[in-house]
Amino acid sequence: MKTVEEIRAAIEAGVPGAGVEIVPNPGPAAQHSLLLDPERAVEVAIFLRDDPELALDFLSNVTGVDWLDKEISEKVKVTHQVTKTVNGVEQTVDESAEEVRKHVVPGYLEVVYHLYSMAKKDGGPVVLRMRTRNRTDKVELPSMTSIWRSAEFQEREVFDLYGVVFKGHPDLRRILMWEGFKDHPMRRDYVEPDDFEYEPTAHDAVLTRAKTHHEADAAKGEGQ
Amino acid sequence: MAVDEQLKIELGKQGIVVTTLQELYNWGRRSSVWPMNFGLACCAIEMIATTMARYDLARFGAEVFRPSPRQADLMIISGTVTKKMAPQVVRLYNQMAEPRYVIAMGACAISGGPFKQGYNVLKGIDRYIPVDVHIPGCPPRPEALLQAFITLQKKIDAQPLTGEERPRFLDEKAPGEFPVPEQGEHDLEPPANKSVWSAPVVIR
Repeated sequence: MKTVEEIRAAIEAGVPGAGVEIVPNPGPAAQHSLLLDPERAVEVAIFLRDDPELALDFLSNVTGVDWLDKEISEKVKVTHQVTKTVNGVEQTVDESAEEVRKHVVPGYLEVVYHLYSMAKKDGGPVVLRMRTRNRTDKVELPSMTSIWRSAEFQEREVFDLYGVVFKGHPDLRRILMWEGFKDHPMRRDYVEPDDFEYEPTAHDAVLTRAKTHHEADAAKGEGQ
Repeated sequence: MAVDEQLKIELGKQGIVVTTLQELYNWGRRSSVWPMNFGLACCAIEMIATTMARYDLARFGAEVFRPSPRQADLMIISGTVTKKMAPQVVRLYNQMAEPRYVIAMGACAISGGPFKQGYNVLKGIDRYIPVDVHIPGCPPRPEALLQAFITLQKKIDAQPLTGEERPRFLDEKAPGEFPVPEQGEHDLEPPANKSVWSAPVVIR
């Protein structure tokens, strides 16, 4: 089985200028993935499927990941000029102070594809990733259904649960939730509806939500 | 006005059968409870196993599983009820002809079970329809389903024909149809049917 670097080299040779990056996976499984540019992703996918060396003809899994906006705060040493009185004489002096600077790295939605080769049957999955521009309005990605048919239902699931819109999908509608449902349940900021009236062994987040109903319980109990 | 048991047995030895209308009526009803083909998830496999040769459910009267709700008496809710499926379950229950009974089989049908915190799981079908027997288990063994069926039969036996305790189908004022929940934007509307289910009060 080719390593990630070899596959990347093959893609660069087969689809020039495709802009594929390697996302390393530091865990012991070492399943490094290839980050595709959404513009050229369909060409790269067709190459991966049709190349006689790789022959990645089986898409076994499509899943989504929700990366939230990250706030990164760094401590920066800043020097600026300050007018101070030193020994009775007014001077401008350089003073250095530590400032905490915060900036927000915008979040995105990511779709991960796992590919195997049934023709070669030579080992572990090739993992592809595609990222949207942001989590709110720019959530379009190209669909892989025309290349691997098994993407049809799985991309519908990613659309339903994460909100990623797949361009070119033949039938993009919700698959697990119902048609009029408004949220995307697998996103990090999804709030479940409030049906926690009876939770016998609640803990952590569920406990905080169930507690609002406990006060009603206590009132009922005292009223009896 | 029941007949004394000892007297019944003595008369029975002599070949004389004494009974009341309630006993006869209920005996006929409980000996031929026909369930509906209604399996949702893994508990349905256990239900199928209960109808097969080893733990035969037919010897208790559940001779045929009717596919149509109009012809069935019993609905065994076996499996997780998702919020997407819940309106359909209530609609099928409404279409069953009275007298009708519901067995909630397995943890998922009772309260949502191991998937209780799922975004699409209804936390117990008894939020919308009245349930007669609950069977705990994940899945309950076929013997447990047989015991639930026998419990249901005992419950039917004990139902009086007149008076305060009479069952729903003999009471004109009892509701014959239960409102079907709508699939709203974030959850089912209403999240529970207040006349059928109220949250158990737990003293902490």
